[in-house]
Amino acid sequence: MKLATKMMRRFAALALLGGTVLMTSGCQSMIVFDPKGPVGAHQRDLIYFTMLLCLIVLVPVLLLTAWIIWRYRDKKGSKATYQPKWSHSTKLEIVWWGIPIIIILVLAIVTARYTYMLDPAKPLESEKKPITVQVTSLDWKWLFQYPEQGIATVNYLVIPEDTPVKFDLTSDGPMNSFWVPQLGGMIYTMSGMATTLHLQADEIGEYMGTGANFTGREFGKMGFTVKAVSDADFGDWVEKSKASGNALTEQGYQQLAKPGTSDQVTYASIPDGLFGRIVHHYSMSRGASAGIFEKAKTRSELQEENPAGEEEQTDSTKAEDEHSGHSMDDMEGMEGMDSMDDMEGMEGHDMSNH
Amino acid sequence: MLDKIKDFASWFFVTGDPLIYGADIAIALTTLAIIFVLTYFKKWTWLYREWLTTVDHKRVGIMYIIASLLMLFRGGVDALLMRTQLAFPDMKFLSPEHYNEVFTTHGVIMILFMAMPLMFGLFNIAVPLQLGARDVAFPFLNSLSFWLFFMGAMLFNMSFVIGGSADSGWLAYPPLSEMTGSPGVGQDFYIWGIQISGIGSLMTGINFIVTIVKMRAPGMTWSKVPMFTWSVLSSCVTIIVAFPVLTVTLALLFLDRYLGAHFFTMDGGGNAMMYINLIWMWGHPEVYIVVLPAFGIFSEIVATFSKKRLFGYASMVFAMMSISVMSYFTWLHHFFTMGSGANVNIFFAITTMIIAIPTGVKIFNWLFTMYRGRINFSTPMLWTIAFIPCFVVGGMTGVMLSVAPADFQFHNSYFLIAHFHQVLIGGVAFGYFAGLYYWWPKMFGFKLNEKLGKWAFWIWNIGFYVCFMPQYFVGLDGMTRRVSTYSWDTGWWAMNFTSTIGGFLMGLGFLFQVWQIAHSIKFMEKDTTGDPWNGRTLEWSIPSPAPLYNFATTPMVTERDDWWEEKERIAAGQAPKAKPALEPIHMPKNSAIPFIQSVCWFMVGFGLVFHWLWIAIPGFIGVFATMLAHSFNYKSDYYIQVDEIERTEAAARRTV
Repeated sequence: MKLATKMMRRFAALALLGGTVLMTSGCQSMIVFDPKGPVGAHQRDLIYFTMLLCLIVLVPVLLLTAWIIWRYRDKKGSKATYQPKWSHSTKLEIVWWGIPIIIILVLAIVTARYTYMLDPAKPLESEKKPITVQVTSLDWKWLFQYPEQGIATVNYLVIPEDTPVKFDLTSDGPMNSFWVPQLGGMIYTMSGMATTLHLQADEIGEYMGTGANFTGREFGKMGFTVKAVSDADFGDWVEKSKASGNALTEQGYQQLAKPGTSDQVTYASIPDGLFGRIVHHYSMSRGASAGIFEKAKTRSELQEENPAGEEEQTDSTKAEDEHSGHSMDDMEGMEGMDSMDDMEGMEGHDMSNH
Repeated sequence: MLDKIKDFASWFFVTGDPLIYGADIAIALTTLAIIFVLTYFKKWTWLYREWLTTVDHKRVGIMYIIASLLMLFRGGVDALLMRTQLAFPDMKFLSPEHYNEVFTTHGVIMILFMAMPLMFGLFNIAVPLQLGARDVAFPFLNSLSFWLFFMGAMLFNMSFVIGGSADSGWLAYPPLSEMTGSPGVGQDFYIWGIQISGIGSLMTGINFIVTIVKMRAPGMTWSKVPMFTWSVLSSCVTIIVAFPVLTVTLALLFLDRYLGAHFFTMDGGGNAMMYINLIWMWGHPEVYIVVLPAFGIFSEIVATFSKKRLFGYASMVFAMMSISVMSYFTWLHHFFTMGSGANVNIFFAITTMIIAIPTGVKIFNWLFTMYRGRINFSTPMLWTIAFIPCFVVGGMTGVMLSVAPADFQFHNSYFLIAHFHQVLIGGVAFGYFAGLYYWWPKMFGFKLNEKLGKWAFWIWNIGFYVCFMPQYFVGLDGMTRRVSTYSWDTGWWAMNFTSTIGGFLMGLGFLFQVWQIAHSIKFMEKDTTGDPWNGRTLEWSIPSPAPLYNFATTPMVTERDDWWEEKERIAAGQAPKAKPALEPIHMPKNSAIPFIQSVCWFMVGFGLVFHWLWIAIPGFIGVFATMLAHSFNYKSDYYIQVDEIERTEAAARRTV
């Protein structure tokens, strides 16, 4: 008994110390608490508010727990009251049913207001006209198309600062989740559906983006960079990209869509309406002809197509690299993502184009 | 010919990884050792008579617990493999494929093959005894439930060395889990392993509802039912509604994979979001299914070790029952970020956060049970006390996650991972450990060593916080779940490394528990009182371990905490309650059918995994044949005669 309380005290001290160290060292560097755009900033405020509201209950409960355990521990000659039959008090129960109800009520109201305010499909208020980026999550890379500019990139984004960006998102393959923590929360990308997310960067800088929903083998390599630049730099970048001459063709897209990781790539032009066809293809599987057509197959069907059990090696990324003229290295101050040397394709996958 | 065999073997067996070869050798050696020991000590008949064919709820419970502790080891090793990979992401300790398999099996094993059977084990040990019953309502079905769970678990575990494991996450979202995304057999092992054991879980749910409703001792009105039994009832109500959803979901996924149906593929009119809705309609209630009985265990332990009545009995019951109902209205919070409208998100955000209210009330009730009590810090109570701060913090982060717009930043990140490990380890694992320590003497007739138990407790707890607190921070720093590697410039290394140290500390804590059990088996003295903790409920009124028939005469219940009140009356000099005269006791006979039928189910599963109908069809025939055989079995019961009861009771009394 003595040992236990002694250890409990030490443990509490240790936990307190550890917590403080973590809080002070960790908080400054955590990117969710360091937003660079209005959506992220609102979400940070909301997180702080909910944390504070919860702490109002949490801290007293923890203190009460510690006090009760200490006060009513079974020791010889304890002077604390002992009431073995006391097991009901309407007043007390009203208090601890009441407090959580009030807190949840407050939280519910705040949540409802913020949910409407931060509805990802709602355009952001701004004097500037928003730009549109069409995002497609592929195995295991991101394709970003700029329909107004007529260009596209893989695994990196360049956006003008202080300008709302309307992301239209879909997936050609397993569902993923598009997340740039410093600009705002994530949204799923799903095949056959287009989701919308409005974000804006307030400051020039480079931000980490990532896929957040597991999609298979090289899911861990689905990071991307978001670079927010001035309007002038954005215009320059668009021009430079267009001049690079590396066109994304329908065939090029089919190649890109095959499973495999990729470096950062820039395309000078994109096929008309590709994004729409990717979405449409899955939602209207009869008659549509775009994107990659993956039909669920039974094992016997797979074996029929590949009777020898040969493992087909597809290397989409190598093919891409061959006609990739404009890489990110041309942009000053822009570092490529960490080298993605692991570029083997996925085996045994049949991707027939229809 | 030889080449063909070689080709087959290299496809059939998992090859290429030294870790797997190590496991192959370990499995082979363990199997040989078990066969040798059983043969050398001539224990085969003993194994068959006492265990494989038993329908005694206490033995079924013990088998559940042994199996689940083995699975805890397996799932724990998985966890440590992952933590090692994440502590040294550049070392490539696990390849991405292997890492994906490991986290998938870790999740499935810990929830379905560790938490669930440990819970069922405790149900089996304690519920009939708390009710003053002779057995569960359907002993044969109970045994069948266990063997179905066991065969399902074995089938799932087999994928580790044969054919390859599932690697699309523990909930197997399509299209990743469809044939196109997961062409291997791992996903089929997943479907059949869970399906077979899931049928067992559903039957257990039904069994215990009937047991609790119909088999309470005379006088045990609903307001006198012990709190653990109440929690089992609320959990079972959730099971019987949630598990059919799982069965159907997995059956549809199987049809997609086996017959090329399109339930969950976007083409052909299916929809992956339907799967995600369905799987979470089971998946979210599932976490309440496992945590509610832990609430019951804490209630028993807090009252016993504070030597005080449980505070707020009625509101405890109301809280648990309301949680089990509300658990069905929360599933969508698992995909707030799918782009559904604000109204949908608000509805599910509020239904989710409302659950915090009854949960919070329970915490206060436990605290005020201790208030003005006399708290004894034995190991069951230590785990209960450690649960409170852990669950309160985990609950707080849960409320934070339920705030839909804020969840956009937490979803699928390590913040979420830290949250659910905190509530599942702090709530479920701590709760079941507490229950295991608490009922151990009732199961085996001796207590577990307290000193080693305290060491295990402290190492586990310190390890827990070192492991999971950094994960909150690394999640807020943008690290997502299920990544097998990350680069140095993310700045995540220090947190991950710390977390890994914590993980290994928890592993060390587990080793201390193993040592504790081994040490106690060898050195602990027999508990001769039957009531080592000075308990309050009926299970402590009979000898430890309980005789085959549990209660020689059916107890008459007059109060809540009936055994405690009886002891008080006796201490006050009153006469103990009069017991009726002994009568022959009606008992169910042992049966080999549950075991045989489960083996047949195993064949069905295994055959369908590999699309080998020549195994699956005989399996199906076996299942129906055993069902038929059982329905014609009219000699399924017998009576224990009065003289034998007298002998057993006299033997118990000599030691009691």
